[in-house]
Amino acid sequence: MTILAIDTSNYPLGVALIEDNQVLGEYITNLKKNHSIRIMPAIQTLMKDCERVPAQLTKIVVAKGPGSYTGVRIGVTIAKTMAWSLKIPLVGISSLEVIAAGAGRYFDGYISPLVDARRGQVYTGLYQYQSGVLTIAKEDRLVLSADWTAALKEEIKKPILFVGNDLPLHRDVIEAALGSQAKFAAITEYNPRPAELAFLGKDKQGEDIHSFVPNYIRLAEAEAKWLEANGKTIKG
Amino acid sequence: MIKDQWIMGIETSCDETAVAIIKNGREIAANVVASQIESHKRFGGVVPEIASRHHVEQITVIIEEALKEANLTLSDLDAIAVTEGPGLVGALLIGVNAAKALAFAHSIPLVPVHHIAGHIYANRLVTELTFPLLSLVVSGGHTELVYMKEQGHFEVIGETRDDAAGEAYDKVARTLKLPYPGGPHIDRLAQDGRDTLDLPRAWLEEGSYDFSFSGLKSAVINTVHNAEQRGETIAPEDLAASFQESVIEVLVKKTIKATDEYKVKQVLLAGGVAANKGLRRTLEKAFSEKNDIELVIPPLNLCTDNAAMIAAAGSIMFEKGIRADLSLNANPGLDIELYN
Ligand SMILES: [Zn+2]
Repeated sequence: MTILAIDTSNYPLGVALIEDNQVLGEYITNLKKNHSIRIMPAIQTLMKDCERVPAQLTKIVVAKGPGSYTGVRIGVTIAKTMAWSLKIPLVGISSLEVIAAGAGRYFDGYISPLVDARRGQVYTGLYQYQSGVLTIAKEDRLVLSADWTAALKEEIKKPILFVGNDLPLHRDVIEAALGSQAKFAAITEYNPRPAELAFLGKDKQGEDIHSFVPNYIRLAEAEAKWLEANGKTIKG
Repeated sequence: MIKDQWIMGIETSCDETAVAIIKNGREIAANVVASQIESHKRFGGVVPEIASRHHVEQITVIIEEALKEANLTLSDLDAIAVTEGPGLVGALLIGVNAAKALAFAHSIPLVPVHHIAGHIYANRLVTELTFPLLSLVVSGGHTELVYMKEQGHFEVIGETRDDAAGEAYDKVARTLKLPYPGGPHIDRLAQDGRDTLDLPRAWLEEGSYDFSFSGLKSAVINTVHNAEQRGETIAPEDLAASFQESVIEVLVKKTIKATDEYKVKQVLLAGGVAANKGLRRTLEKAFSEKNDIELVIPPLNLCTDNAAMIAAAGSIMFEKGIRADLSLNANPGLDIELYN
């Protein structure tokens, strides 16, 4: 069993190769650079360094969003095309779940991974480790960080760990709403770990590759406007 | 016996997801095009984000269909040719990354192709090219005269300074409240109208092969506006015919002038607007008197965006030794003379 994991859904670019119960290698950067130029060479280098060839891969796991529309499409397109052409399963994992998986493993409480989505909004969800397994308590969403923290204050009684590279942008809002109930992960936990992504998908069943698409959370802007103008209700 | 050459082409520069397989540069083994036109119609034009989303949905389906149609597997391919640009960056990225994934996973050479080179090479699927030649490229985003002294060598001798001819068609169509895409509707209306409005022709300075259509577009809008203010109506057929006459006269006269100056053996029509009946007819008539020059006009399905043309151009680029590595990126402003 040799699994390749790919994450280009936000600024961090991640590739991991795991085999059986071992992490063979990982590559992560957190740069405002073009994923399309760097991701395939990163995959190629990592596989070469680990002395593995594409034909040996048994599964591909990809971070499916939410995140940058263009970024997540690059990873998903590569993952789909490789998995389909090598005739191996493809598994998509929430980009937020990957962030939560690394930071919150030994945390007794809930985990709220977040990615800034401008104008006071964040992509976030609520996760929790239960008997060593990461579970989802509140689905991934796009929400004002002020609304999100107010809702958490209302409903959640346990401590909540916040994590993500954009944490500094929302820290004041979080602290104002939750006080000491809010905990903050260390900077070294901010990046999604591609090895976590690989293990999150390791035992999951493959999805239908042809119809696999990113989880954008939001409709395309033109679509949303058109639905509004035509008096249709917006879903998703 | 010489081994056959099989090239896969991948094209996602705008709103068609297309994959094709070409044998020996000239024979179509598969040519699959998934058009998104129905999805974009209600927006009155191509919405880049929606186009990109559709490409992700379609890409592996279309690759699979093309291989099935050609009855080949990936290991039969000599190269994968992909549109590097120009086009919508988010849309191009899907084709480029799918092509890179295939190239890496199956150790297949990767060949970058310029979209317009593809349009020109659609002609090689009709007949062998003879050099030197001239190509008139007319599409939604391009209006160019390209001179080729040999295979895979492109020299732009004239191009639009503002709107592409196709853009002007779309804008005039909107003025006439015709549905998107407007070009075919204007072409159809023009067949029933007469050139009565005497709209301007932009010849630009003496000896220039450049084009300009923004003045013409404004003249159409003003003519409609002024007529409305006077309470008159202009027959849409006549407006369409007058507009189309003006566009075609400039395109054809400049093409003929360049043909004479560059002493070419062939003239190739290329690009989506090459489907225009008025343009085809006028060119055919003009060149019927020139016995020493062959005019080539591809069938409609090879004029609009497709991947067979990308594979056809890719075949020549492959033979020229042009390769991309895995850092290949989408380049929305790619220069056609780059790989000369
Ligand atoms: Zn085109």
